[in-house]
Amino acid sequence: MIEGAPWRRWVFFYIPLTLFVFVLLFPFYWMLITSFRPDGELYQPWNSPRYQPFFTANPTLEHIKGLLEETLFSTWLWNTMIIASLSTVISLFCGVLAGYALSRLNFPFAGSLGTGIFITYLVPQTLLFIPLADIIRNFKLGDTPWSLVLTYPTFLIPFCTWLMMGYFKAVPKELEECARIDGASRLQAMIYIIIPVAVPGIMSAGIFAFTLSWNEFIYALVFLSSPQEKTVPVGVTSELIRGDVFFWGQLMAGALLGSIPVAIVYSFFVEHYVSGLTGSVKG
Amino acid sequence: MAQVVIRNLNKKFDEVHAVKDVNLQINDKEFMVFVGPSGCGKTTTLRMVAGLESITSGEILINDTVVNELPPMDRDIAMVFQNYALYPHMSVYDNMAFGLKMRKFERTEIAQRVQEAADILDIGQLLKRKPRQLSGGQRQRVALGRAIVRHPQVFLFDEPLSNLDAKLRVQMRVELKKLHNRLGTTAIYVTHDQVEAMTLGDRVVVMKDGVVQQVGAPLELYNQPANRFVAGFIGSPSMNFAKVALAEHDGAVWAEGPDFRIKPPAACAGRLRGHAGQNVVLGIRPEDLRVANGSDPTELGFDAVVEVTEQLGSEILLDLKAGPGSMVASVEPTVPAKVGDKLRLALNPDRLHFFDAQSEAAI
Repeated sequence: MIEGAPWRRWVFFYIPLTLFVFVLLFPFYWMLITSFRPDGELYQPWNSPRYQPFFTANPTLEHIKGLLEETLFSTWLWNTMIIASLSTVISLFCGVLAGYALSRLNFPFAGSLGTGIFITYLVPQTLLFIPLADIIRNFKLGDTPWSLVLTYPTFLIPFCTWLMMGYFKAVPKELEECARIDGASRLQAMIYIIIPVAVPGIMSAGIFAFTLSWNEFIYALVFLSSPQEKTVPVGVTSELIRGDVFFWGQLMAGALLGSIPVAIVYSFFVEHYVSGLTGSVKG
Repeated sequence: MAQVVIRNLNKKFDEVHAVKDVNLQINDKEFMVFVGPSGCGKTTTLRMVAGLESITSGEILINDTVVNELPPMDRDIAMVFQNYALYPHMSVYDNMAFGLKMRKFERTEIAQRVQEAADILDIGQLLKRKPRQLSGGQRQRVALGRAIVRHPQVFLFDEPLSNLDAKLRVQMRVELKKLHNRLGTTAIYVTHDQVEAMTLGDRVVVMKDGVVQQVGAPLELYNQPANRFVAGFIGSPSMNFAKVALAEHDGAVWAEGPDFRIKPPAACAGRLRGHAGQNVVLGIRPEDLRVANGSDPTELGFDAVVEVTEQLGSEILLDLKAGPGSMVASVEPTVPAKVGDKLRLALNPDRLHFFDAQSEAAI
């Protein structure tokens, strides 16, 4: 905490904090206000005498209604939910096992293998989608949810593996040794002791993985083409920008509704999430 | 009945030879303590007995069965770790029951055994709590409880009291001793604290650099240390050492230093005669030094100047500058010694130790 005169606290703490919060939250506010602003207000020139960008006197639900009735938004939401959940489950399963193995089993080249896995995470998706598109076509998975469920783990597994590796390293190895003396096999020790202790870490990895796949854009844009197969980020941008016409109200309503599930996931797990990031193991 | 035998045990970690040719027999119902400075291989030896560390060469037998290749769960042992290693997500009851559940015991049998252990350790009221809600001493008891519910053949303790504060440590030491007297299970106990080793052990193994220095009952180590290392490690404050030259004058052996000379009693003169003309190390414990009175023979004493006095209440520790070098003497609390005082110190002639200057073995 800042010590000294009150003005110091204002200058070095409250004012910077306020600015920071404002910069972070303003886009969300803009999204919110645009979603509820009637088209008549939205498309006014900025120098019109009735121009009032920061609030609206006549909030309307027409954009949300239009989004749900005129577009396939609810289908996109459902697609995104299924794809994000499945790819998160797959990635967590592989990531937890791989992270455990890399941090605990002293097999040859474990260290370089770990680094290798991390390097694959660094390959940009904008390059990786080219060979992946070829694979997807060969397996005839194009335009199905599986094209994303199976390709998202290419960047989620390295990510989860690394997060879990770090977390497992922080779990005292005596816990596992004690379990093995107590009569558990390595697998039992992992299931009954190590994984329950690592739940905060697993949850953080899961939330990150879920958010990453929820927001993913390039793969979804490339691998999916029919409107009813699309995910929210791709559906909203491809169907609500027609030519050079931006349906701002519906776009923002789509963005708003699309953020709500992620916001719920975050707030639900935030306790675990924070303790997972700080790597605390209560002993 | 459980006997642990260790034969020619070796452990190498890449370049480091951590345990060298250890041979030991730990008898049934015996409380054996491994003691030594950190890095001496005592914990590694224990972990090899537990099956947590692979054996480079040699054999470990529990009840005449070679257990080298047996996984920890099949060795019928229980281990208490320095950091307790309680399962943080389980209640005290579940912590203690875990080993029994893994071994598929009946639910009623588990409940009965946990209750029994909880009664012995006086933790009955804590069974529903989580480890994080317990104090250090309580956690230690739970860790002990988890070990005793299984009724194992051998208990392994890896510095279990190191994380406790001094007062609690003394208290738990007494309880451990009581527990062992009551259960009579063979135990191997690793510590770096020689007081714990002396008070708990039926026998004590002193290790250094992976090599067993001496095995024996606590008083045997104290009275007849096998070498200079054991002599210095066992006992607090530690033994004083002085380099002396042995010389024969008029048929008697004299130990001579820069500003003093003493005549060891006839009892040890025989052993020393073979080393006449050589330099050896004289060892004398602080408690075997006292302030001389008129009747003490002059050939068993030396002059010293008090540099520091440490009042402990029951005794005074005097840090002295003397002919043989710096010495510590533990004297009666009634001795009116002040810093700068010149004293004449007398040695207890029966309790002189001599060590070879090169090999450091006792003479």
